[in-house]
Amino acid sequence: MSGVDFWPPSTLEVVFLLLGLVAVGSALLVVTTRQLVHAALWLVVCFGALAGCYLVLTAEFVAWVQVLIYVGAVVVLLLFGIMLTRAPIGRSDDLDSGNRVVAAVVAVATAGVLVSVVVGGFQHAYAELRPGAGSAEELGASIFRNWVLPFEALSVLLLAALIGAIVLSRTDIKGRR
Amino acid sequence: MIASLVVVLPFAGAVLGLLLSRYPHGRSPADNLAANKRAAWFGVVPTALSTALVGWLAWENTPSATTLTTIDTGGIAITVGLEVAELSVLTAMLVGVVALAVQVYSVGYMRGESRYPSFSAFISLFTSAMLLVVFAADLLVLYVGWEIMGLCSYLLVGHWWEEKANSRAAIKAFLVTRLGDVGFLFGIFVLGFAAGSFRIADIMAADIPEPTLILATLLLLAGVAGKSAQVPLHTWLPDAMAGPTPISALIHAATMVAAGIFVVARLYVLFPQPTLDVLGVAAAIGMLGAALAAFAQNDLKRVLAYSTISQLAYMAAALAGGARDAAVFHLVTHGAFKALLFLCAGAVIHHVGSNLLGHMGGLRRSMPVTFVTMTIGYAALVGLPPASGFFSKDAILYGLERSSSPIQLVLYGSALLTVGVTGAYATRAWLMTFFGTGKVQALPEPAPGTAHVFDGREAPLSMLWPMGVLAIPALLLGFTDAGEFHLAPAVTALAVALLGAAFVYVTWRGAPERDPARLLGAFRDPCEQAFYVDRLYAAVFVRPVLALARGVVRTDDDVVDGAVRGAGRATVGLSGLTRHLQNGNAQLYVTGVLAGVLLIAVGAVVLG
Amino acid sequence: MHVVYPAVVAALLFSIGVYGVLARRNTILVLMSVELMLNAVNLNLVAFDVWLRDALHSGQVLTLFVIVIAAAEVGIGLAIVLAVFRTRKAIELDRLRELGEP
Repeated sequence: MSGVDFWPPSTLEVVFLLLGLVAVGSALLVVTTRQLVHAALWLVVCFGALAGCYLVLTAEFVAWVQVLIYVGAVVVLLLFGIMLTRAPIGRSDDLDSGNRVVAAVVAVATAGVLVSVVVGGFQHAYAELRPGAGSAEELGASIFRNWVLPFEALSVLLLAALIGAIVLSRTDIKGRR
Repeated sequence: MIASLVVVLPFAGAVLGLLLSRYPHGRSPADNLAANKRAAWFGVVPTALSTALVGWLAWENTPSATTLTTIDTGGIAITVGLEVAELSVLTAMLVGVVALAVQVYSVGYMRGESRYPSFSAFISLFTSAMLLVVFAADLLVLYVGWEIMGLCSYLLVGHWWEEKANSRAAIKAFLVTRLGDVGFLFGIFVLGFAAGSFRIADIMAADIPEPTLILATLLLLAGVAGKSAQVPLHTWLPDAMAGPTPISALIHAATMVAAGIFVVARLYVLFPQPTLDVLGVAAAIGMLGAALAAFAQNDLKRVLAYSTISQLAYMAAALAGGARDAAVFHLVTHGAFKALLFLCAGAVIHHVGSNLLGHMGGLRRSMPVTFVTMTIGYAALVGLPPASGFFSKDAILYGLERSSSPIQLVLYGSALLTVGVTGAYATRAWLMTFFGTGKVQALPEPAPGTAHVFDGREAPLSMLWPMGVLAIPALLLGFTDAGEFHLAPAVTALAVALLGAAFVYVTWRGAPERDPARLLGAFRDPCEQAFYVDRLYAAVFVRPVLALARGVVRTDDDVVDGAVRGAGRATVGLSGLTRHLQNGNAQLYVTGVLAGVLLIAVGAVVLG
Repeated sequence: MHVVYPAVVAALLFSIGVYGVLARRNTILVLMSVELMLNAVNLNLVAFDVWLRDALHSGQVLTLFVIVIAAAEVGIGLAIVLAVFRTRKAIELDRLRELGEP
């Protein structure tokens, strides 16, 4: 517990809050926009802002991985999915299901519960930012010293996912009867 | 021992007749004929053997009692035993002879009937049950026979059940006698518990207090009134005419109706004066009313039915007046001549193809044998010498004249009047059947239940034989008791009867084609409707009960079933509501899961 | 840096993801919303790693693993979506109702 006040905020906090605002705003646009492709593009903005957040939090390696994998790979994959399913490119009014109102209620309730719990639990916690703590060198040492086994397991998982995706998407492989 | 053989033989005949008549099974006309032939043997032979054994018992004439087994009930034990006494041998003789005559007669009467095997088997069962009543040494054993008779009367009256009216008559006979039987059973209980035994000998020897005795005998009287067709439970008997004629003969002469009078005579020492007075009042009303009703009937069998009610009331009056032996004497002679009358009526109906007196006439030439035998029967009914009825009626009138009963005057007056009316209705039926112009035409198609078309010939031999045989006791049975003959009441009765007959004859002579029943004038319609008793019962008992039953059905339908159906419908409706949730939309499911998780989280935070 | 800031941002992102999963018809949009939720978790992991100064860097390492798994999940998810699209000619969630009673 530290006695650092909320006001005035430090420069880093202001930058983080602005980036967080961008992330939350673009995320809102992702789930509300009426154009499918725009949703994917807003997702890029959201992920980019989050990468900025990671940078502010001194996790520079994670930030670059975020940009590379999420922005570079995942969103591109999603865009391919959109195109392959022949989704309408322009505005379409039927992107939301009839479940919307209930979904909104549940989401607001979730936000209320989580925010109140988080605020109640961590309002005095203060993290001292130390540049270089999340550098590639530090993380690399940690992964290959302490996390080798999960890392290898994960590589096997990726291989399995790769094969699974191929099997699922190829039409000329028939299941055994 | 012989007595048990007497009871068991017809029973065995019934069982064999039911089980083996149709063996091997076949439905072709030839099979039917063979089955009927076998059934006839199964019906006639055991009854004949049984009658012969009763004859031997009568010749031996030694009272005896056997106990076959004792059923331990934990309370008062039931002794299954038979008792042979003079009264039972006499009645059994009557039962045996009449049953034998009826069995032989129905061989001819039911010729070609496909259900003849069961018919003759039921007659055997009926006979066996009556013999059990006659010989029973224990009241509960007697009750067994009593109830089997009720069942058999239902089965036999409803023999032609294809017609609705017949099965209704059978149900009516069953229900009305059942009403009395409830009282009878409770009377047996009262007597048995008061005496500590159900053995008749023990009960008669026991010292039972007078009020208990009055209660018990009044309850017994309900059963007697039901079985012996006494007022007010007499209404089933005329309707029971729907059954085949041999059954009418059996029910009216030997079995069912005789059972009631027999039981009173059997337990006569138990009946205190108040009970006898009740019986006397019912008898006095019944004999005259039924005789008047008989006078106005248009159906030959109904004439005889009302005549039976009247004659049974006659016996009941004799019992009420203290003349037990006279009552039993009349029971026997009446059994003989009424059976004869019914068999003759059956022959006539068989011949004409109709029950109605209006369709008959001038039959004395085409049916000479029937004419002679039926004349003997009517003579006995009216009480003309030397027929049997003359002596037995004389005995009853003599007994009533000398009776010490408080209602002696009513009984005697009613009996004398009944003699007159009896003469009148017998003469009317006789004249309308055998005299006048023949109105018989060949029917194009036999009506259901009559089964035969007019063929202008006398009845078959198998029907004539029993008639001829029964005519002998009907004519001569009176002389067995001629020593007790009293001239004064006999002359009075004869004069009254002849007066009644003469009235009818003169009326008929004036206009042979018109019904002499017009003598009654405005009184005729009430008489024909039997004084509206049936209608009264319908209004007082039947309709309220039916309304109640309908109410119960509706309650059951709407309230009880409604609750069940409503529960089912509510469940289906509610499930229809919840079914909307199960619509296959995975998003909805996830929404529910998340909402539940949230609630649990909130609950954990708030409560924890 | 107050830990509340990243935590609240993460909570809001997660709620938005929940809304997207529950309200969107298009399966690809639902997948995007799932990514949003995963990112909310990632933000939390990084923030708490920084706050707690973990010697093993478990927060950030796990973030990397989550990113990898998310990439695999998107790949498999899209393969499934394409398979469904091939067989049903539709990827709208509320039109895929074979689970429900007819």
